[in-house]
Amino acid sequence: MSTGAEEMAARRPRRSRRGVLWIAVGAIVVAAVILGAGALSGWFSSSAITLVGAGATFPDPLIRKWSSAYVTVTGVRVNYQAVGSGAGISQITAKTVDFAGSDAPLSATERAAAPGLLHIPETLGAVTAAYNLPGIPSGLNLTGDILVYMFLGSTSPSGITMWNDPSIAAVNPGVSLPAQAISVVHRSDGSGTTFVWTSYLHLANSAWNTSLVGKNPAWPVGIGAQGNAGVAGKILQTPYSIGYVELAYTVQNSMTVAKIENPAGNFVLPSLASTASAAAAAAPTLPTSDGDWSGVSILMAPGAGSYPVSSLTYLLVYKELNAIGPSMTQARAKALVDFIWWAVSAQCPTAPATCDGQSYSTALVYVPLPQSVVTLDEQGLRNVTFNGQTLRT
Amino acid sequence: MQISEVVRGRFRNIRRGALGDTLFQWLTSLVAIGVVALLGVIAVVLLIAASASIQTFGPSFLTGMTWDSVADVYGAVPFVSGTLVTSALALLIGVPISLGVAIFLSELAPAKVRVPLTYVVELLAAVPSVVYGLWGIFVLAPAMANVIEPGLQGVLGFLPIFQGTPRGADKFAAGVILAIMIIPTISAVSREALRAVPQSQREAALSLGATRWESTRLAVLRYARAGIFGAIVLGLGRAVGETMAVTMMIGNWNGVSLSLLDPGQTIASLIANNFGEGGPVSLQKSALIELGLVLMLMSLVINVFARLMVSRVLRRGEGGAE
Repeated sequence: MSTGAEEMAARRPRRSRRGVLWIAVGAIVVAAVILGAGALSGWFSSSAITLVGAGATFPDPLIRKWSSAYVTVTGVRVNYQAVGSGAGISQITAKTVDFAGSDAPLSATERAAAPGLLHIPETLGAVTAAYNLPGIPSGLNLTGDILVYMFLGSTSPSGITMWNDPSIAAVNPGVSLPAQAISVVHRSDGSGTTFVWTSYLHLANSAWNTSLVGKNPAWPVGIGAQGNAGVAGKILQTPYSIGYVELAYTVQNSMTVAKIENPAGNFVLPSLASTASAAAAAAPTLPTSDGDWSGVSILMAPGAGSYPVSSLTYLLVYKELNAIGPSMTQARAKALVDFIWWAVSAQCPTAPATCDGQSYSTALVYVPLPQSVVTLDEQGLRNVTFNGQTLRT
Repeated sequence: MQISEVVRGRFRNIRRGALGDTLFQWLTSLVAIGVVALLGVIAVVLLIAASASIQTFGPSFLTGMTWDSVADVYGAVPFVSGTLVTSALALLIGVPISLGVAIFLSELAPAKVRVPLTYVVELLAAVPSVVYGLWGIFVLAPAMANVIEPGLQGVLGFLPIFQGTPRGADKFAAGVILAIMIIPTISAVSREALRAVPQSQREAALSLGATRWESTRLAVLRYARAGIFGAIVLGLGRAVGETMAVTMMIGNWNGVSLSLLDPGQTIASLIANNFGEGGPVSLQKSALIELGLVLMLMSLVINVFARLMVSRVLRRGEGGAE
């Protein structure tokens, strides 16, 4: 009798434990089936078109805004992965995406590796010289020479290492500059912003030589931080520092930024207007979409009010879309061209499904494309074909 | 009768589970072999991916002083030295403090304090490194730039390692955050080692008229030194491979300089900064992967060295204890 009771006592918990195990396994299986079925049904039933792009991080917030606005008017999804300009170019070269984004135009070698890629400028950016000087508001006057020698620092015999350097004082009469060492902040990751900034420094003064121009050059001095946000944070945190930051980030973080001297001899604050002015002034010199853009820049653009450190950022698409391979269909090709057309054009109230993209720029601190550049883009898009057929007239 | 019931029950279970036993054995050996194979696969894949860099630079990669993605010339010296300097600094600062904490917790603290404090120290060891990095950026960096580094410069400013403008984002700051991160690890493991010392050791020393400090030093620390050494190596391992907090504190400048107050870069922080760069076949990516291999080798050397040291100390320690 005692044995039986013992056995019962010993077995009951085991059985119930096993029961729990089975219930758990069952629950997991059921959950997996439900999840799987859900995912699969979503996979199969979605007849909607999804366009895939990858590339530069700078236009990412704008493209995401476009993507969410465009799906509501047309049902076409746009999936953009902000993986950096270089990675975007290698993905479009490998034809694993429908379009790419890049802050720098294709170099001659990149162009040779991916023949038939068109440059479609989709928005504009300005790179600001942001600083942290307690007591000094935005608008310190700086020239290209001063910036070059600041960023060369102690490695150059004429490097500028102190804020009260006579060359800075000379262009800022009446400003009491502190006798403090300058802390230079730069990007630690490869970036299109760095490419624009170092290209500008080289144009301003060849003491910043070509070996220091690139997406991630060997910086002579300074502290590195990751991303525009990282540089902005480091500057805000470090008194007497200066660094280069995309305009949108300086506005978001209400940072103090320098007026930079332009070729007309005026000191210009970075703003949407002064950047648009630079683009408009440079527009007549731009090549057509299928031309060679490798030397294109709107740095140091002419015009009394043009900000000198402005740049275009590009969407890259194949002129003949069957180059992408079997994943590209007539319908997807048409959707791709329509989306880019919509993105680069200003608002047209009568048909928001065909053009609207640039109207989202200002709110996100991007510069709307000047009409001359939009026209250039539209000409380029008219030349895009699928199996030889034009998609848009 | 009860016992025989139990025994029979056990046997029944074993017989019923004979297939299970074999299966279990196979499964565990498979997993064990899998881990070793995984290490091999990682090494081979890294070697293949790094081959472009190895072919281009050869051994000069290890003596190269520049990291220049414009000229496509890469060298490992700034990062290997940055890793060694920050880790050494972390040990220099962290080990004495950790040992103090461990000795206090195991030898001196009253039980009321010991239990919660031990718990807190172990909890600290589990804080994710990015949290330390955040704290470092917002609390430690300003303190470094405004108080600690200027103070150090005031006293030791004549030394070449304390030249430059203190900015709170430099090798010294990275060393300090690493020290803070490895203190919980080292103290938790050394405390275990100290606790494992038999009570008779302490009693013997005390009965011979030793003071508390003498008994700790001669009977406890000596006995536990292999374990303490293991704890330090564990801390060093964490310091060498630590990525996130260091990236946030070190200033990320790819140059070589003697001063601890200049920014620098460790292998891990360089990889964290640049892994997204370049196409699948770029030389920079290949060089980054070669640096990853160098880091793996460094960890391997540290571990092997530690094993050798521990076994030597143990052998001598046994002799000494008797």
